[in-house]
Amino acid sequence: MGLLSGKTALITGASRGIGKNIAELFAQAGCNLVMIARNAKQLAEVHNSLVDKYNITSYTYEVDIRNVVSLKNAFQDIYEKKIFPEILVNNAGVMIDSTLQMAKPDMIEDIFSVNVYGTIYSSQLALKGFLRNRKGTIINLSSIIGTNGNLGQSIYGASKAAIIGFTKSLSKELAPLNIRVNAIAPGFIDTDMTKGMNQKFHEKNLSSIGMRKIGQPEDVAKVALFLASDLSGYVTGQIIGVDGSMVI
Amino acid sequence: MPERNIIRTFAAEIDKIFMNNTEKLNHAFAEALNVDISAVNDDLKYQSIPQWDSISHMVLISTIDETFNISIETDDVIGMNSLGKAKEILKKYNIVF
Repeated sequence: MGLLSGKTALITGASRGIGKNIAELFAQAGCNLVMIARNAKQLAEVHNSLVDKYNITSYTYEVDIRNVVSLKNAFQDIYEKKIFPEILVNNAGVMIDSTLQMAKPDMIEDIFSVNVYGTIYSSQLALKGFLRNRKGTIINLSSIIGTNGNLGQSIYGASKAAIIGFTKSLSKELAPLNIRVNAIAPGFIDTDMTKGMNQKFHEKNLSSIGMRKIGQPEDVAKVALFLASDLSGYVTGQIIGVDGSMVI
Repeated sequence: MPERNIIRTFAAEIDKIFMNNTEKLNHAFAEALNVDISAVNDDLKYQSIPQWDSISHMVLISTIDETFNISIETDDVIGMNSLGKAKEILKKYNIVF
């Protein structure tokens, strides 16, 4: 029996990076999956590898989380299949760096559409399943930039700080309904998103980490597993840093 | 006695089978808001009684979903602010009263 045996988790942005790792760790723990991502090909690869390896049920939906109608249709479809996930991982996110002066409206809109509105709408849509199950857990992905801030990341930081506010308020709203809401604030994690940074920035980041090593997606996935499982049954409204003692 | 509770629950489920849609809806309200069935009438409005607050509204929507095997849309969740309005909205989902 795995930690999540018999449960179903819906994971956004599951085709790569942290989302893919969370999907794998959850599948390993016996969890059935509903995976959402923009890239259908990558998503199908993740689906095929996990279903074969862990003997779980998995559904995938090609959804750009900016598109609320498409997101809504995906949820509608899973509910019509009588699947009511009790775990939601709001992982889909974009990181675009820019000083405020150089930030164009399209870019600001894009960051908030994915990081903030995507999380809010997914949570709203997932509520129906949680209420059916009389329980649920939401795991939001914030960032150390949301808790501490960083130069050149005022917009991204604002979007991740919004996730913290959302998590704390929603946890209070949903606690009486046995629904927990927590967030993870990763530090510098080795993903495609951070690989895009220039070498100098990369080195500077590394020197600011107390543990002197870059975090791995699995480090974040393990905390997500804890938050998804009954091990954290009395934990809600918390923002858990996974940053190896990074100082910004 | 657990056996007695099981029998009561079973009897309540049997009762539901023979209810018409109005009775089903009234029972859904009573169950979700944790009020006596006699308190459920067409004058019942959102926040008109302490038991119908924003939290129990979520439970109410879920209970109606389950009762009629439907999935109420977000706009309708917000609009369902009285028993009368609930009946009106549910017609969209082919629930006849």
